[in-house]
Parts: sequence; structure tokens; C-alpha cells
Amino acid sequence: MSAEFEQKIHTTLADARLQLAIYTATGRLKEKRVENVAADVLPDYQELREQANAIKKHTIESLDYYLEQFECNVEARGGKVVWCKDGGDVADFVLGLAKERRAHLIVKSKSMTTEEVDLNESLEHHGLESVETDLGEYILQLAHERPYHIVAPALHKTRYDVAELFAKNLHVPEETVPEKQTAIARAVLRQKFLAADIGISGANFLIADSGAVCIVENEGNARLTTSAPKIHIVVAGIEKIIPRAQDLATFLKLLARSATGQALSVYTSLLSGPRRVEAGEIDGPDEFYVVLLDNGRTKLLTDRARRQSLYCIRCGACLNTCPVYRKIGGHSFPWVYSGPIGAIITPQYLGLSHEPGLPFASSLCGACAEVCPVKINIPQVLLDLRAEVKKSEAREGQSRLERLAFRAFAWVMTHPRVYAMAGRMYAAVAPSSDGAWIRHLPAPLAMGPVKAWLSQRDLPPPPARSFRDLWRVR
Amino acid sequence: MPQRVSLFVTCIVDQLFPKIGLAMADVLERAGFAIDFPEGQTCCGQPAFNSGYRAEARTVARHFLDTFESAEAIVVPSGSCTSMVAHHYAELFHKEPETLARVHALGKRMFEFSTFLTEVAGLEDVGARLDEVVTFHDSCHALRELGIRSAPRRLLSKVRGLELREMDPAEECCGFGGTFAVKFGELSGAMARTKLEAIERTGARTVVGLDASCLMQIQGAASRAGLPIRTMHLAEVLASR
Repeated sequence: MSAEFEQKIHTTLADARLQLAIYTATGRLKEKRVENVAADVLPDYQELREQANAIKKHTIESLDYYLEQFECNVEARGGKVVWCKDGGDVADFVLGLAKERRAHLIVKSKSMTTEEVDLNESLEHHGLESVETDLGEYILQLAHERPYHIVAPALHKTRYDVAELFAKNLHVPEETVPEKQTAIARAVLRQKFLAADIGISGANFLIADSGAVCIVENEGNARLTTSAPKIHIVVAGIEKIIPRAQDLATFLKLLARSATGQALSVYTSLLSGPRRVEAGEIDGPDEFYVVLLDNGRTKLLTDRARRQSLYCIRCGACLNTCPVYRKIGGHSFPWVYSGPIGAIITPQYLGLSHEPGLPFASSLCGACAEVCPVKINIPQVLLDLRAEVKKSEAREGQSRLERLAFRAFAWVMTHPRVYAMAGRMYAAVAPSSDGAWIRHLPAPLAMGPVKAWLSQRDLPPPPARSFRDLWRVR
Repeated sequence: MPQRVSLFVTCIVDQLFPKIGLAMADVLERAGFAIDFPEGQTCCGQPAFNSGYRAEARTVARHFLDTFESAEAIVVPSGSCTSMVAHHYAELFHKEPETLARVHALGKRMFEFSTFLTEVAGLEDVGARLDEVVTFHDSCHALRELGIRSAPRRLLSKVRGLELREMDPAEECCGFGGTFAVKFGELSGAMARTKLEAIERTGARTVVGLDASCLMQIQGAASRAGLPIRTMHLAEVLASR
């Protein structure tokens, strides 16, 4: 684990206000999810999960086919698909188009994929104004922070934080009533929508058989982003594809319930191609582009067990239920994707060395897999990645002491007589405590894992005899 | 139904909490089973497996398979160790068909203690008595990997004098997680304290569980916090008279 990761965890745990904010917000989302997938509300919930998993499995295993089908259908409707290897490609495309069309102002609706490639930073670096229009994302843009959560990006901000941010950046009086804060943001953002040259959105689903893009949202900002400006650019990861429009019947029942505990999000939009004048359409953009991003995704396709990581529909349910996320929050994670899903995709997209400690930051409790609407076995992937980290450490000659310790462990555990002495050795060195749990051990013993245990908890006193010894005389 | 059961007491019970093993043996004997304790047993290998050391985990797993090869039924006072053998050994040996066949055969004969009593022996009332208010901690691997939810509760409901008060949430991890507890000590400790708060809200002073490892985490944190909470393995409750 890097010192930075450890430090961020420590800082978050030490911040009582933040601890309460994370625990309360995730707790609320968690409860609402439970209510909305309950057997009396959604009797076929488990079947839907099976179905969603099966669709994703099939699609990811035939990804090339569906991507090409999608491209054909987008182009048949007058849109254009742009294939991008990484964030640089995405920025180049958007910047090139903006230059050609003399665009200056871009409005954006929520997209983790654009966060992943730091699109705003790239655009602003080249003198374009790019404005986030999802309220949470807008707050974070003003605060110059990354999303704290996949679905609720500003989950860690209180209304008092927001009041301060708005006052400082928008030159308005400090306003702490959430509804009034929303009105302030709305007034600013409406002007941006009307003046914007380009709208950039993400996508929840790319539908191969119709070349359509499905976006779900609660604020209506994605509708404005995708329809008010003359140009609409969708930025989506290649794994967002589903084969048929009718598959939405499965995914839409699961997505909002898992994410926010709503039966459906407030707005579900299906967008296909630019406005077709010849068909008498009166709204929609003049130009429609779908940027399909790889950025490490194709690397996962080769591994049978790990490619399930690409099934994710970014609902965030695993974050809300994760006892680790609920303690260390979103910003402790090394990349934009946090929580259990972040712990499995970050090392796979960016490489294991990005933060080798990440796959180990889990008690493997399995709560994430239990709530995942597409049934990604996250603990299994974590275990797989752990083995991969250890292999790479062995190659690089790192973690020698730990490796030696586990070699010794395996030797002891295959030599029962030696193993039987372990307890006796502990009894020989442990201070006598009269049955009380042990708070301190002499310095030479309180090292490494023992020290880490004792930093938080007491140790059990050694029993007078082990079970095997007692069994013999029983 | 098997007449003879072999105990796999797990390394943590053997070396640190032998009373749990004795209690389990006691309950099983009263239920009419002949018991043996294969002396060669050590650990299931989970610490190595969960830490990414697959080769070392395989070495220990092979030892386990050899030790318990001839056992008719194996009863384990742990959901986690049962799941390691019954579920994760298959991942360890997926490239060795012969070992894999042994793993599958053995996995079917592995039983977590409460499951063995309720599903195999068909028992709920084992004649226990414990005059206490208790709460029950669902250990994660028992709950989510083995699907054990009602068995321990049914057994507890038949214990005379005992009142079970469910905690909210009962299903959130105590923060143990094997080597996680020491690799991420501070985080693990924070998770344990959240668990303690849930326990305290029930008003019960005794926490019952299926895994000695979770109970060590909970007891260790309670002891550090100076809370009058004690942990008991389900076997100890069921052996109480």
C-alpha cells in the first residue's frame, strides 16, 4: 500500500463530520434500494439479475459484433461514431470539432467516462469553457474536486459547504436552504444551456440494434445538454453496449432501483442521431457523435474471470453497501471509480502498479456481490487481482519478508507437530493476564501484524492448553 | 445420515479458543454422533489464499485433503473455513482435474456447525439452557457464501431462557477479514467499532456468532473500548445447561 493511500484513509477516518456525512448518505441510499427490490415490490428481482448478467456476458463475449452493428445503425441515422483508444484521442476529437465549428462554450451532463479521461481539464487547457450541469457535478467543478461517488458525486458536501462555494464563486449571498441553492444553480445553468455550442453527455446504454443512446437522469439537465446545443457528443465506454432495445426492459428495472432506490429515474431519454429535417423533426441537434472509448477496457476481454468487471452499469449500489467505502469514502480511492467496483477496475484499466494495495483494501465480506444488479462477483475478482499482485511482487523482488512468512506458514501448516507448538510458544511469551484480554506485549513481540492488531484491539489470552491437547486427555 | 463425524476445529479454535471445539464436540455427542479428531489437521489455507499466495494455499489445501480424505462428514465451527474448502479450493485446483474431483467429493461432506445440526441431523432443540439476552452476528462468509441465515436463529430460538434481539444491521461486516485486519488495521478497527455500536443498541451484552475469527475481532475491540460485551460461539451457547 502506498503512503498516500494510507494517509487518505487515515485522514478520512479521523474526520468525524465526514464520517457522519458518508455513513448517513450511503445508509439512506442503501435502505431505499432494499425497499425497492423487496419481494413484494419486485417479485422477479433475482430473475432480472440473472437475465441482466446473461445479457452482459453474451454482449461482452461478442463485443466486436455489437459495436460494429451499433456503428452501422448510428450512421444510418445520420450520426457518426468516433473510436478512441484513450483520453488523448477523445480530447483531440472534441478540440478539433470545436475549432472547426468555432465553438467556445460546452455544457456537460454527468459522465464518469469523461471524468476518467479528465476531459474538462483538457478542454479548459485549450481555452474552452466546459460547464458541468448536473447539480452535484457543478458543485464539484466549483470546488475543483473529483466525484466522491459514482451516482451521488457531491455526497460528502453539506449544504453549508455548498452555501460557501456558491457565495465565493457565483457572488451570491450565502444560502443554506437546498431548494434555494438549486434555484441559484438553475439560473446560472439555464444561461449556459442557451448559449452553449456543444453538449457532451455520457450514456447509460448504447443500443446496438437501433443505434440509440439511452440516458437516465433525475434533473433534466441531460435532456437540455443533448437537445439545446447544435452539436451533441456522447462519450461512452465500449462496454456500455446492449444488443437490443428490448433489453432495456431488464436493465431499466434494475438500474434506478439499485442506484437511488427509485422505480425509474425521473427522465429516461432515448436519443438516436441528429434532428431529421426530412422526417419533420423539430428538435434535436444538427450533429450527433458517439465517442466510443477503450482506455484499457479491451485488456480485460482476454481474461475469462476478470472480464465480468465490464458488466458494470455504474449504479453505485456496491459503494453504498460496502463497509469499507462507508468508512474511507470516495476520495481515498486512487482513481475516479471508488468503492468495490473501483477496486476491481482501477488496477485492470491502469495497471496493478497504480496502487498495488487497492485489491487488499477489502474484508471480502461479499456485500457488494450481493447487491450488484448484474451479478459481478467482485470478491472473486479481488482475490484474482491479489494473486496477480503477489506474482508481480515476486518477479520484482518486492515484499520479501511477507513472502517468506507465507512460505513459513505453508511449511508449518503441513507439519502438524511444529504447528502444535504455535500456541505453546504464544503462551510462553504472553504476559500472564488471569484470563483478561491482552493490551500490551513486550516490544520485540509487538511488531508487524501483532502491532497492527494491538493498535486497535486487545489480543485473546493464550489458553492453558490447545484443543488437541485437551482432546487427548478428554 | 452419517453416524460418525470428524471435527475440523480450525487453527484459531485449536490454538486460541479450545473451549469452542469442546463445546461443539459436546453438542454433537449428545446428539448421538461418534466423533473423531484427525490429529494431522492444521489450517485450511485461507490466510494464504486471501493474501494472494496461491501456491502456498495449495500446499496447505493438499494437506487438508489428505488429512480428511476418509472422513464421512466433517463438521466445522466456522462458516469461513467451510466455504474456503467447499468453494474456493475449486479455484485453487481448477487446472488439476484429479485433485478437483477430490475437492468436489470432500466439499459435499463439509458442514458448518449450525447447518450440520439443522439440515443433516434435523435438530433444532439440543436441550440447551442459557438465561441471557443475546444478539446474533451474521458472519459474512456463512451468510453470503453459504447462505446461512435461519439455521443459527432456529437453534437459538429453542434455547431455554435465551432471548434473541436482532441488531441493526446484523449483516454488516465486523471488519476482521483475515490479513485485512492487520494490513488495514485502523480501518478494520473503525469497522469493529461500528459493529460494537450496533451491538450496544440492542441492549444485549452477549454476542453470538458462527466464526471464532469475527468473535475475536468483536471481543478484542470491546475489550479495548472497555465495554461489558462478551462473545460466545453458537456451540458454546448450545452446550450450556
